[in-house]
Amino acid sequence: MEITLNIPAKDWYRNSTFNDLSYWGLDYPPLTAYQSYIHGAFLKTFDPDSIALFTSRGYESYLGKLLMRWTVLSSDVLIFFPAVLYIVLVYCSMQLCIGQNNDVAWHVAMILLNPCLILIDHGDFQYNCISLGLTIAAIAAALSQKDLVASVLYCLALNQKQMSAYFAPAFFSYLLGTFSVAWWPYLQSKEAALAVLSRLAPFERGIFEDYVANFWCTSSMLVKWKKLYSTQSLRIFGLAATLLTCLPSMVQQVLAPSSKGFLYVLLNSSQHHFSSFKYAVHGKSILLPLLPLTLLALEVHQSLLWLTHFAMFSMFPLLHRDKLVLAYIALYALFLLVYFAPGGPSGRRNGSKTRDHSQTTKIGMEFISSIAFHPLVMGFLGLCSLVLHVIYITMHPTNKYPFLFEAVIMLICFSQFVLFTLQFKAVDAIETSNIKS
Amino acid sequence: MKLQESPRSPASITQLLWFFGIATVVKLLLIPAYYSTDLEVHRHWLAITHSLPLGQWYYDETSEWTLDYPPFFAYFERFLSFFAPLIDPWIVHLHHGLSYKADSSIYFQRISVIVSDLFLQYGVHISTRNLASLKRNLVWVFVIWSPGLLIVDHLHFQYNGFLFGWLLLSISFLAQGRDLMGGFMFAVLLCFKHLFAVAAPVYFVYLLRHYCRGGLVRGFARLSVLGAIVVAVFAAAYGPFVYHGQIQQVIRRMFPFGRGLCHAYWAPNFWVFYIVLDKGIAFLLRKFGFDIPSPVASFTGGLVGDASPFAVLPRITPMTTFIMVLLALSPCLFKTWRYPRPRLIARSVAYAYTCGFLFGWHIHEKASLHISIPLALVAVESLEDSKHYFLLSVGTKGSLQSDKKATQSDSKGISRTAAEKQWFELGWVAKSYLLGVVVVETWGQFLHPYLLGDKLPFLPLMLISMYCAIGISYSWIWQLKRIIILS
Repeated sequence: MEITLNIPAKDWYRNSTFNDLSYWGLDYPPLTAYQSYIHGAFLKTFDPDSIALFTSRGYESYLGKLLMRWTVLSSDVLIFFPAVLYIVLVYCSMQLCIGQNNDVAWHVAMILLNPCLILIDHGDFQYNCISLGLTIAAIAAALSQKDLVASVLYCLALNQKQMSAYFAPAFFSYLLGTFSVAWWPYLQSKEAALAVLSRLAPFERGIFEDYVANFWCTSSMLVKWKKLYSTQSLRIFGLAATLLTCLPSMVQQVLAPSSKGFLYVLLNSSQHHFSSFKYAVHGKSILLPLLPLTLLALEVHQSLLWLTHFAMFSMFPLLHRDKLVLAYIALYALFLLVYFAPGGPSGRRNGSKTRDHSQTTKIGMEFISSIAFHPLVMGFLGLCSLVLHVIYITMHPTNKYPFLFEAVIMLICFSQFVLFTLQFKAVDAIETSNIKS
Repeated sequence: MKLQESPRSPASITQLLWFFGIATVVKLLLIPAYYSTDLEVHRHWLAITHSLPLGQWYYDETSEWTLDYPPFFAYFERFLSFFAPLIDPWIVHLHHGLSYKADSSIYFQRISVIVSDLFLQYGVHISTRNLASLKRNLVWVFVIWSPGLLIVDHLHFQYNGFLFGWLLLSISFLAQGRDLMGGFMFAVLLCFKHLFAVAAPVYFVYLLRHYCRGGLVRGFARLSVLGAIVVAVFAAAYGPFVYHGQIQQVIRRMFPFGRGLCHAYWAPNFWVFYIVLDKGIAFLLRKFGFDIPSPVASFTGGLVGDASPFAVLPRITPMTTFIMVLLALSPCLFKTWRYPRPRLIARSVAYAYTCGFLFGWHIHEKASLHISIPLALVAVESLEDSKHYFLLSVGTKGSLQSDKKATQSDSKGISRTAAEKQWFELGWVAKSYLLGVVVVETWGQFLHPYLLGDKLPFLPLMLISMYCAIGISYSWIWQLKRIIILS
């Protein structure tokens, strides 16, 4: 906010005496910059000291913090909430689900009360609600055949956070040139555009930051990637691996596009990128695969419970450091309560979830579900997580392995994410073969 | 939730626990939001009851927060103080625990309120056992998710949920015709918090006419039984203090007379109109040239000798307010005397608390809970009742909100969505009143500081108090009308 308010637009991404990029320089695309400008103007009227050039660095006041939390809350209410209502109404009207009226309420509650999003945006202070809200609205527009609207909204989402790019393969067929409007100040010269790009993809950071449940971090316990290869080559590895795993789902979508398929491809492309091979991933990227999953909540609610549980668990070390344990417990309890609401879909587990499936598909999915969601398996995993939570809070690891507990948590979560990915790949394959036949 | 189940089935218990679960999650999230002075007050009471012998509980002067609740509440604090040292022994230390603000103490106290709310659950469960499931769920929403109760108990910290459980149990026993149990529960409640005594005349008249009937001898025998029970309860509470000869001190502590007619944040009751009228007349008379001296005493301060805080109108004493409450209550008492019906008991009790709120001495806005909780049982009886309940809750929540500058809760929205299920139509008067609440609140919170800054600082509060007082006065008249009309 300080930078965008006090410096002319063309200098926002350039290093200068006023704009010291190493002190939390802008590393999101231009829409975030514009949004920061608007919020900065709001803050200026009430607490100008908090965004004054130079002097406000490290400045903390109760009013400043309150106003900043209000900006996230207002963005949430103005952008995320209407988008969620839009998509749930579209989803249920398109008869992609069969259910009762209170399922709409349950579905909306499941998305809005997603504990991971609340904790990250309002506990940890971020603006994921804007880009995720715009993405959701774009999906809704796409599902209602409003392609232009969908592409505009998705471009806006992309320009708010480059993280949304993981949905890009799915939106590929809808992408239009609205991109250039947002980038106008930076298209004057090649240098300017590159400056923005290099801020968005910070390759100076290592292959992973903090302890996150992805392939590179997990396997680094066995193979010390950082020591064996240079940053440059690791970058290429990451890109190649990501593209390769993404290719099959892209091919499927191109060959047989469908609304239902679109949602599943969103799911697949985002969680491939997160769970397997994405370079320089940040823990909050787990929000990406969670998003399409919440949209499919009425069909796959057991998977939603599963993924949410392990997503929360993977965030636990970070939240514990931020002293958000009470909020963590309370929001997770709220999620469980709404999930198991009397009269909601989970109570009617015996009802079939989707229409028009051939016998083989149904048997296949039921087989997978029966293994993955067997009460004993889930109970055992739940118990392990609970024990680990308690251990993490109460005990201290030895000095030799100071990050032992984080590593264990990450290993478990990663294994679950991989299983999850495989399950949905299988489902996707069965879906497509069914559509073809 | 549109499940149609028998009220006593396990599924309905599950539903009730689900409501409790959601409320508990919200309460847990509110724990870090606000540090209330009442936390220190109750912590000190834990320390007094834990560290000192009974004979010194009402004499202790270690802190300014002296014990001013009746003995059963002191016993309750003693019970809680068994568990406190297990968490952190410093909570109950008499001297070192003063102003102890550690997390252990705060979490212990906040969680104790949440757990004691289970008793409210029980009270609600018993009261709504025989209702159809939709009505039952609505009552649960009004009581278990009551925004007023949430603000007062879990932001500001009190143990009202637990106490209201007793009240609801008492009312439901009377409604079922089990008069002795109802009377007994009410007597116990009085020994927990004497504020509930405002409904005592209603209970007295009702029990006299409903329970003690059937001829002179039988009536008298029953009266004796009732009397014996009440005396026994009071003896259990006050007995030990009578034994120590301390009863005077206990009474003095329970009824402190150093306070003024109004609380610092004026509760929206009748006296707001009286005060504004007084100031208005004084202002006019001064304009016409009369010499009206400014009053020395203030409304919120104590009784200062012969000085009256009023410039023109007659002075109000505690006795005046007492008489006015009884006068306002009298139509209801007459009705109860002539037709003591179990069905009307909840209305009568709520009406009694409304009169107490409107005309009482040094009333807090928190007392509006005493109106809205019993009335919740009545609100589902008819469309008229629910419409009235909705308007009342807006009026009372509006005034509660003005008291809590730190909170940003939108309680009105909750009341509104709950009521929407009934699909009632509001007339234009009601709609304009609701709009007025929004206007007054917006003025108080945003426009006044922006436009007028520090000038006339009492104006927003006064406006809100007056506006809400109009709503509550309307509710009073409406309730009276209902009680007189219904048979």
